[in-house]
Amino acid sequence: MRITLTVNGRDHALDVEPRRVLADVLREDCRLTGTHLGCEQGVCGACTVLVDGEAVRSCLLLAVQCDGRAIRTVEGLAGPDGTPHPLQRAFSAEHALQCGFCTPGFLMLAAGALESDPAIAADPERVRALVGSNLCRCTGYEPIHRAILRAASE
Amino acid sequence: MKLPAFDYLAPSTVPEAVDALADPGRRAEVLAGGQSLLLDMRLGRAGPGLLVDVNGVGGLDQVRVRDGALEVGALARHRVFESPAAAPGPLGRLLALTVVHIAHPPIRARGTVVGSLAWAHPASEWCAVALALDAAIELRGAAGARTVAAGDYFHGAHATARVPGELITAVRLPLLGPATGVAFVEHRRTEFCFAQVAVAAALTVRDGVIAEARIGLANCADRPLRAHAAERSLAGAEAGPPVAGRRPPPEHPFARAGRIAAERDARPVPEPYADPEYRRHVIAVLVGRALCQASADLAAHTGHDRPGGDRP
Repeated sequence: MRITLTVNGRDHALDVEPRRVLADVLREDCRLTGTHLGCEQGVCGACTVLVDGEAVRSCLLLAVQCDGRAIRTVEGLAGPDGTPHPLQRAFSAEHALQCGFCTPGFLMLAAGALESDPAIAADPERVRALVGSNLCRCTGYEPIHRAILRAASE
Repeated sequence: MKLPAFDYLAPSTVPEAVDALADPGRRAEVLAGGQSLLLDMRLGRAGPGLLVDVNGVGGLDQVRVRDGALEVGALARHRVFESPAAAPGPLGRLLALTVVHIAHPPIRARGTVVGSLAWAHPASEWCAVALALDAAIELRGAAGARTVAAGDYFHGAHATARVPGELITAVRLPLLGPATGVAFVEHRRTEFCFAQVAVAAALTVRDGVIAEARIGLANCADRPLRAHAAERSLAGAEAGPPVAGRRPPPEHPFARAGRIAAERDARPVPEPYADPEYRRHVIAVLVGRALCQASADLAAHTGHDRPGGDRP
């Protein structure tokens, strides 16, 4: 099927099989390998991207379902001149990553939440519930939690 | 595992969707949120020849009050119900208390209430709520439209009254009167697990007496259940003051209802980490706790809700 994905502001005209999920198409067809695939069953959240501003699991969404939609991946966070996004600076400052495998998913999860509802940062319990969406198996959730609060206050 | 190949159609109207689903040779499945269907396809538990994506069907995402019930369209995402204002009065509170137990925000942004009813997992929170509230499930197939009561809908794990080719267009959840307190409690091993046991409760009190109790149970049998025996034990009981703490004393009607739900209503099946005996214990505790919380919810909202259950 012929589809157009607008990824980080750039149109990608693609011909994809319906069975291919968004994560695979982003990685293999758009060559944007910042989006990671961990469990491929919606649990780990490493593949989280924004579709029309909303954080979703790109392993549980068909690419053909995203025809004409605006998609934002971790590659779209930094500014055009490469300036890191406030979340990226905060993750670095708070040591919110070690191996980094889960980081793109956490960044997009947090970006979606802070952009759609900045008030979430005023409620640490809601941020706690939010970071519970994704799995991190080395850094731990506290630094990630702190980083999201730090980014929100910048 | 990557998804197996299938044909894909994205109709824009309900009749087109029903036509597409009617093809008997193609094992068609409805794709709405896809958060369980695509997972089942990855795991080889589902292998449709045709996916009928209803996300482009206009009007299916509606959530509206009509004829004393909240009509939730097939595309209404779980997330909509995170706000208690999504439905009037106690129903809105019950749905908001329930939805936070469903997966996590990115899944709730895509998954749908109606999809949960279609999947009919024994541990589904929405299925337990639908049973407790006497919901009506609206189906549309090649033979026309029909409505099935939640009590007649669940036939087993992932088995329902829906026949191949039928699309659930909406579920109707009856509104709850203002003198109703609600609660939803759940026990699970980790944040990522399905419910080991979950309980939905709604208590309606008139003149200090429980006029009606509604209790839905998730993962207490091979299918979602309604705790009819426990409900009957509560009708006519003194509501009494809210119970201090999380567990009612053993002689309290709420504790008794918990024991009845565990012994007479539930039919727990063995599961890893939870044998039936353990599960009966958890059911008794959680039903008692849910009733305490429903009673506290009523106390907290009495006097604030306007008569008639107006939108808050």
